[in-house]
Amino acid sequence: MDVPNGAELRPPRHQVSRTAIWYWTFRAVPGWLVLLVAQIGWQLADPDHAGWHTAGLLATVVLAAAHLVVMPRWRYRVHRWEATEHAVYTQSGWFDQERRIAPISRIQTVDSERGPLEQIFGLANVTVTTASAAGPLRIHGLDQDTAQRLVDELTATTRLAGGDAT
Amino acid sequence: MTEPAAPEPAATEQAGPGPARPGPAGSGLATEPAPPWRRLNPRMLVIHPVQEAIRAMPALVGLLIAGSSSGNGPGWSLLGLGVVVVLGVVRWFTTTFRVTPEQVQVRHGLLRRRLLAVPRDRVRTVDVTANAMHRLLGLARVTVGTGRPDADADLRLDALSAAEVATLRAELLYRGTPGQPAVADQPAAPPDQELAHWRLSWVRYGPFTLSGLVAVGILGGFLAQTLSEAHLDTSRFAALRAVREWAERTPTLLVVLAVAGTLVVATTVASTVGYLLAFWRFRLTRQAHGTLHVTRGLVTTRATTIEERRLYGVELVEPLLPRAARAARCLAIATGLRSRGGERAGERGGALLLPPAPREEARRVAAEVLRTAEPVTVTLVSHGTRARRRRYTRALLGCAALVLATGLAGWLLGWPGWVWAATLASFGGGALLAEDRYRNLGHALTAGTLVAATGSVVRRRAMLGTDGIIGWNVRQSYFQRRAGLATLTATTAAGGQHYDVPDVDLGTAVRLADAALPGLLAPFLAGTTAVPPGPPKPTGRAAPDPQGLDPQGSVTST
Repeated sequence: MDVPNGAELRPPRHQVSRTAIWYWTFRAVPGWLVLLVAQIGWQLADPDHAGWHTAGLLATVVLAAAHLVVMPRWRYRVHRWEATEHAVYTQSGWFDQERRIAPISRIQTVDSERGPLEQIFGLANVTVTTASAAGPLRIHGLDQDTAQRLVDELTATTRLAGGDAT
Repeated sequence: MTEPAAPEPAATEQAGPGPARPGPAGSGLATEPAPPWRRLNPRMLVIHPVQEAIRAMPALVGLLIAGSSSGNGPGWSLLGLGVVVVLGVVRWFTTTFRVTPEQVQVRHGLLRRRLLAVPRDRVRTVDVTANAMHRLLGLARVTVGTGRPDADADLRLDALSAAEVATLRAELLYRGTPGQPAVADQPAAPPDQELAHWRLSWVRYGPFTLSGLVAVGILGGFLAQTLSEAHLDTSRFAALRAVREWAERTPTLLVVLAVAGTLVVATTVASTVGYLLAFWRFRLTRQAHGTLHVTRGLVTTRATTIEERRLYGVELVEPLLPRAARAARCLAIATGLRSRGGERAGERGGALLLPPAPREEARRVAAEVLRTAEPVTVTLVSHGTRARRRRYTRALLGCAALVLATGLAGWLLGWPGWVWAATLASFGGGALLAEDRYRNLGHALTAGTLVAATGSVVRRRAMLGTDGIIGWNVRQSYFQRRAGLATLTATTAAGGQHYDVPDVDLGTAVRLADAALPGLLAPFLAGTTAVPPGPPKPTGRAAPDPQGLDPQGSVTST
């Protein structure tokens, strides 16, 4: 079918769980901590340029705070998903964003996974793979019930679709 | 009928029980007796020990050196050689294989017995190679590939006689499809249609491939290492002394030029030799049974067969230097063939359809393989001024970073000013690169084929059948969103797994994706609320596969 000029790909219908904001925040903390510890270590080892070091530390703290506040909320607004009986459609990212669409008939596996941090927040992610190494669709930050329901639903529709998924 | 060719009983001495066959319940085949285990060709009793000895050469040399300090170097070394030879002989006795109706099985190992089994419908490639020793004894090595990225999953049979190879290849490749009888013995010689054959004049492209660069680098490194390790007194060799004296009385610039010239000559020679070794008597034919057959090689010969039902497209590849010489390569985009990941991966993976050859020839071969010239000749849709601006921004920002970094380093380390000034020239190069990248950028959708052209340093034109596309990724960086552009990626189980249309207008990207796979995007377009009229049926050839989750398509290489 022809798409009329100006037709747009709308975002997927469903948002992920709000808890995901906290999950993403906590997941980003260790990286910044490592950087801070390294900087403090450097300052202790080299006390001559205290002014520079303090400025560097301050910059890191400001950047970390901005990242930890902005990134998860931005991500939450971007991360969306939708599964119809014919296709799975996801949107992810924040600064750089990506939309992925795969027909149900091409789905090979549907996995749900819960990492330790995700378990703490009661979250799960769902990965839908196709025969292409470039095409897995990942939905992060779903609450566990939704994830389970989605997996069941996709498994059922995939079985109906049949074929060899390539 | 689906009954596969009954493997003929060859070499029956050890018809061991083997593992129970995991035949599907209810299959009539399950009642057939398991075929006997077969052995490799007995002539391998000669080759295996030699191969093992060559492979163990560093260890043997190490033994010789380590042993000489205890006074008996040759003795230890001979003992080591004996062990290696025995291992080589044992390898022949411990390796057996068979082709059951469902699986190809290989058993090997002495202390750790291993059984490798591959379901026959997972066989993607049958690659036949023969090195000098093999050819002397009329043997060839068979690699049965499953198309999985880990090469460990491949079965290797080293080696069989030419006749055995032909039989095995026919068994594995032409196992018969419903409504078409399986080919039990070697397929009756069908009239092969020759699509391309190698010409001696193509050797002129050899130097441009730079394939010899690595060899020259290794050789140079080895020489330098040896000279410095051995603490050679260079003055003891007349030739070296002459070179050194010449270098001392000649201006530095001339010496640099001479060294560069030597490198260029050495690389040229090595690349030409490499080209000849790899592509000598290259021949691409289309055979009955719907296969493309590639044979090539001077000393080590290689034969690859690509099943056309697993072929979803063709890619024309032109790295900068061959492109300057108006040469191009042709790669197959087929499931089970890895065609990306390293410049030469496509050739090793068996996806090569044409070695560096005149561009017109490459275009003709691409059209022949695709059975339509349209994707090759069609005028591409340009991506417009915004895409061009992005090419320039990215190239020039890179140059600016370089200039800034050199300026800073020069200021801190006190480099002479001309170093920094010289980096300013990179802006010229960056602009040229950006312009070329923009001019090569384009896409088209014609004759059921998505054409995506990209690149400058390596220019690629991927022509991918829409029936091979299994999904879309639309990626937008922050800056792409501001420019209203997107990178549309067609994902596929074939070849490079994904083919990109970079920096295309977002609306155009959506229209292109929708036109290529009608219906898939419809429910997700703004303004549409209704369920699409029918299920998106992207492939017309989803043959039921008992494995369910297997990438379709098969490329077989013989």
